[in-house]
Amino acid sequence: MTVLQMQGVNRVHGEGDNAVHALVNADLSVEAGELVAIMGPSGSGKSTLLNLAGGLDAPTGGDVIVEGTVLATLSKKRLAALRRRHIGYVFQDYNLVPSLTIAENAALPLELDGMSVAKARRIALASLEEVGLDAKLADRFPDEVSGGQAQRTAIARALIGERRLVLADEPTGALDSATGEDVLKLLRRRCDEGAAGLLVTHDARHAGWADRVVFLRDGRIVDSSAPLDEPESLLERAE
Amino acid sequence: MSVKHSLLALLERGPAYGYQLRAAFEGATGSTWPLNIGQVYTTLSRLERDEMVEALPENDSGQRPYRITESGRRHLAGWFASPIRAADRPRDELTIKLALAVTTPGVDVADVIQRQRAATLRTLQEYTRLKADDERPDLAWKLVLESMIFKAEAEVRWLDHTEAIVARAGLPAVPPFEPYDDGAEPSAAPFATPSVPIEEKR
Repeated sequence: MTVLQMQGVNRVHGEGDNAVHALVNADLSVEAGELVAIMGPSGSGKSTLLNLAGGLDAPTGGDVIVEGTVLATLSKKRLAALRRRHIGYVFQDYNLVPSLTIAENAALPLELDGMSVAKARRIALASLEEVGLDAKLADRFPDEVSGGQAQRTAIARALIGERRLVLADEPTGALDSATGEDVLKLLRRRCDEGAAGLLVTHDARHAGWADRVVFLRDGRIVDSSAPLDEPESLLERAE
Repeated sequence: MSVKHSLLALLERGPAYGYQLRAAFEGATGSTWPLNIGQVYTTLSRLERDEMVEALPENDSGQRPYRITESGRRHLAGWFASPIRAADRPRDELTIKLALAVTTPGVDVADVIQRQRAATLRTLQEYTRLKADDERPDLAWKLVLESMIFKAEAEVRWLDHTEAIVARAGLPAVPPFEPYDDGAEPSAAPFATPSVPIEEKR
């Protein structure tokens, strides 16, 4: 099932001679269970694409469709609700609220959506457990946990409740190589369990965890790899 | 790849015959470098000639095991103690290809780079998929895979860097060779002007 679909999406900043085409005719879809990596040099439009996919920015042309809903048809209020319920974000610097505990950070989208504190906490604790965080960490504050643990919290928050679309912008940038890889493995596992993931990365080793890689240059998708074969056939080839 | 040193290293585990050595080599390197049995026996003969291994009596099945000698052990220790020098490695076809791409008229360098990057990333994805497969927990196999993953990553980074340099600097103007004087009238333009469509930066 298609979770995210972008059809002929354009994003132009400014007008006339000063117009900057940040994204040009982008077509992209991400299915449930799929992790798609976006690669390209700085300024190629990767973050623009991610922001449009997540409804943080509006396209100047084309459609962004999340879980069957065209984002442009929604009022600001309904768009905010859709973002809260369906889209999770993971950023390089975690973006956890420093004054909230790990569990409160994970529970935040549910509480903002009107869920009772007790119920939201219960779901948050289960979500933290799914990303391999010890329950003892739940009541610590973000500055009392490691970078890897903070990023796990961000992933738990990104995929809490009904959320199935996770948008990750250089999620391992602040982590050492092995911890970064743990975060990628976690993202991969959540996609294997049915989430749809879009991962912006500079790091080819991290893009290696994706099913497909989309290359951007100067705002255009210039290349896109086909999904890999099943692991069994890869193993046979390696034998 | 040094078959000689690999066999010496394997014989440090104890005496073994050719088929055992081949199987152990492939096990240790995750079947990445298939070794044919002829290579194994030829190498063992050379090692025996150089007194780095000695042949033991054949067993009941007619297989002749080999044992590492003191001299072989010293040689092996020396190998482990010395870094591999870049000059020992075979010439890198990709580097040569790109060096030629930027000086060959009419070649779309950006396209050459992107094709290579996509192919290398795909290989990297395949390695990653194999690494994620927990069915094969042996450390040697993981280590070989990690090495290949890091090499592929380095190649992609180098391609990214090359692309940026070429985009920034443009392509060198390469003068044609001195015309070969065959007595005929010189032709107008023996080589086209290099033109590579590098999209303008926005």
